Amino acid sequence: MILHPETKKALAPFVLPGLIAGPVLIVGLYLFLTSIPGGLARVIIFCGALIIFAALNAAYLVWLERKVCAHIQCRIGPKEVGPFGLIQPLVDGIKLMSKQLLLPKGIDPFLFKVAPLLVLVPAVMSFVTIPFGEHLAARNINIGLLMIFAFASVNVLGLLLGGWGSANKYAVISAARAVSQNVAYEIPMLIIVITMIMVTGTMNLNEIVMQQSGWFGNWYIFRFTASPLMPVAFLIFFVCSLAETNRAPFDLGEAESELIAGFHTEYSGMGFGVFFMGEYANIVIGCSLATILFLGGWQSPVGIASGWWWFLLKLYTLIFCVMWVRWTYPRTTLWGLLNLSWKILIPITLFNLLLTGAMLKIWPH
Amino acid sequence: MSDLARSQNQETFVLNLGPQHPATHGVLRVKLTMDGEYILRAEPVLGYIHRMHEKMGENRTWAQFMPNTGRLDYLGALSYNHGYALVVERAMGITVPERAEYLRVITVELNRIASHLLWFGAFVLDLGGFTPLLYAFDDREKILDLLESVTGSRLTFCYFRFGGLYNDVDDDFITGSRAFIKRLRSRMPDYHNLVTNNIIMIKRLKDVGLISAEMCRKYGATGPVLRGSGVDFDIRKNEPYSVYSEFDFDIPVYHECDSMARYMVRMDEIEQSLRIIEQALDKLPEGPVMAEKVPKIIKAPKGDYYAAVEAARGTFGIRVVSDGTNTPYRLKLRSPTYSNLSLYEEASQGMLLADALALMGSLDLVIPEIDR
Amino acid sequence: MSGYFKELFSGTKSLAVGLGITFRYMVKPVVTLQYPHESLQMTPRFRGHIELIPNEETGEPNCVVCGMCQKACPSNCISLAGEKVDGVKGKVLTKYILNFTTCSLCGMCVESCKFNAITFSKEYNLAGPSREAYVFDLKKRLEDKKQ
Ligand code: SF4
Ligand code: SF4
Repeated sequence: MILHPETKKALAPFVLPGLIAGPVLIVGLYLFLTSIPGGLARVIIFCGALIIFAALNAAYLVWLERKVCAHIQCRIGPKEVGPFGLIQPLVDGIKLMSKQLLLPKGIDPFLFKVAPLLVLVPAVMSFVTIPFGEHLAARNINIGLLMIFAFASVNVLGLLLGGWGSANKYAVISAARAVSQNVAYEIPMLIIVITMIMVTGTMNLNEIVMQQSGWFGNWYIFRFTASPLMPVAFLIFFVCSLAETNRAPFDLGEAESELIAGFHTEYSGMGFGVFFMGEYANIVIGCSLATILFLGGWQSPVGIASGWWWFLLKLYTLIFCVMWVRWTYPRTTLWGLLNLSWKILIPITLFNLLLTGAMLKIWPH
Repeated sequence: MSDLARSQNQETFVLNLGPQHPATHGVLRVKLTMDGEYILRAEPVLGYIHRMHEKMGENRTWAQFMPNTGRLDYLGALSYNHGYALVVERAMGITVPERAEYLRVITVELNRIASHLLWFGAFVLDLGGFTPLLYAFDDREKILDLLESVTGSRLTFCYFRFGGLYNDVDDDFITGSRAFIKRLRSRMPDYHNLVTNNIIMIKRLKDVGLISAEMCRKYGATGPVLRGSGVDFDIRKNEPYSVYSEFDFDIPVYHECDSMARYMVRMDEIEQSLRIIEQALDKLPEGPVMAEKVPKIIKAPKGDYYAAVEAARGTFGIRVVSDGTNTPYRLKLRSPTYSNLSLYEEASQGMLLADALALMGSLDLVIPEIDR
Repeated sequence: MSGYFKELFSGTKSLAVGLGITFRYMVKPVVTLQYPHESLQMTPRFRGHIELIPNEETGEPNCVVCGMCQKACPSNCISLAGEKVDGVKGKVLTKYILNFTTCSLCGMCVESCKFNAITFSKEYNLAGPSREAYVFDLKKRLEDKKQ
């Protein structure tokens, strides 16, 4: 990292307080959040915290993505603004916010404006049920899993309306692609979720995590007594969540070499920024679900010191994998994508479903 | 196709691909008539970067046109320099010293590799994979460094002169080239594992974008496009110029006619070019790099001359008519991508947008060379 | 059916191999140059814009105003003038203007000069606010450099 000496001098007094205040703040926040009693106040406070979490995540995942991509390509990535370029996302955010929200001619202004929100809001809402730690969930709902999928299907509506509303041929093509892709991938994903519900017997996310306590052999990805295909199921779940969130190699919706930027071609400033936040929030949701269902959520792999830190560690490892995949592969085509879904993923998941059913009959949990 | 014919009456729309579009790599505009994602008709619209190079040639002295040739195809500038130098040498009856011929071959082949590497990266970029581009650039950078150290420029080299070369190479260039050959050979397996064998790549390129040999003949397509359609034609072998007949190398030919075949032709050509460079470096004779009896002011004798070279994208032909003065009377450039692009309309009919863009990428277009 | 599984396995393997390669490159050291902080030395043959070579003894330009460079330039971007001065053989350069906006850095001028009077500079960091900023008065540059 190369910092201007002047900048270094200006930053020096903040380093020590920062190092102390950071952990204190985090621990304080944790204690505060876990101590709030249930009820409306808790949900509201948590929602505030979650919106901040989603925004920070979006900002810093962009930073992480740029760093990961840069190092994969033997570059350094952002490094000028702040140490390791850590202030870059904030600066970018300010830039986006200060830009004019351009409304092109011929658009449907209502749809155009509401579309980014339709992507972001459901994603943030889904966070409500995610158990970050044993007591660290905004609301412990016993149909949490169902709720997340209900919200996840609103996401695609945002893409469709955004593409349709912006009266751009590229955007319309992209919207149509996004819809068919989402429809195709929701099926294998839901079949896996059904399998998991059969195995766990609950839709309460926190309970699912509880069932995986102890060492990592208890995680569902290794629960071979339920189905020998569990690792495959995890892989398919991961692939499906890539496709659901329109990430490479399934980024047909915003295929930049074909459709410029797809459904957000016409968006500027924060319209684009909100789409972006929504995309990253969706990635976080997808990876959180994979962590909770298969990797033991906030459970420690060795049975001691379980807590939210494990959840975040697993979550960010998975997110790193998402980025790693993106910067490795070329994009599939729509046909390739549908072929993969209908000819490979759905048969395997269906087979897994049957197998799991049979195994459960033989060895009931 | 019957489906397509039927849908002709249904609602279609026109999509303007370009003049600024990430996939056209320059200012090419393609007017697409689409039915959903299917292309009914793709009509390339040219002329956005026309600079009248042919006319410029008629208004400059023979030597002054040399820098222009590097600006046709800026990715393979040396081949174009070579073509022009050849035609004028033919007209003037100049023989080029051995050493200069060998160095011409070495630098042209290095340039060909650089061009293919860039194409490789850009092609994968068209298909949505960003990372291989940067790896290819890393290797290409090494070539550009080498060529910069001898020619003084990184892109528009302008290194050849009538009768030889601008200046001789030094030992650093020779050791550098040998090191580069080793480096690229060690990196090619990575490229193949990362891209060629990748299942997504194979699915996208196999049996997609068919161009038959017949179609190539009709439109005059040459280079890797022709060799990917199973026709064994390469000027370096069929009509050897310079000292190409002294080297042992193969012309990769694939018979599948699809985008993958064209991709493989280029990837194999990189290896063949490495072989040529290796042999040329071994055999490199001592001596001058400039013919002695080159008149100061070039005045080609009256007549009509033609020379063709194998550029990275196909056959580059150049025809000059001289009336005996110090400027060409007429100068005609036959640029390979112009012909290669002209088959696009026929080849892309009925394709999906994504496949058609892969096809366009596999043609390896350089727009300034199409428009000249 | 067996083809289906074969493709499934070979495909999955190819994807895993790809991930392995990118990971290997990720832990490799970076290859880029941090440009404004570090910069490259240009090679001796690098073709920048041209500049005049001063005479080693007098420090005046070597140029004898023969006009060959002007004639050789394909883009007509050199304009020069000279005058007769008593006591000096040949002409003395009074003006040497390079219109860098149209220069194609081809090097014809340097090659045509038989008096070792012009050479390529190694400057590549060129930026200017207007077109006029690229009309270089090479004689003035030479004098500035002397001081
Ligand atoms: S480099 Fe070429 S274009 Fe530039 S001044 Fe010299 S002769 Fe003219
Ligand atoms: S060719 Fe050389 S000596 Fe003649 S005018 Fe140009 S710079 Fe001066």
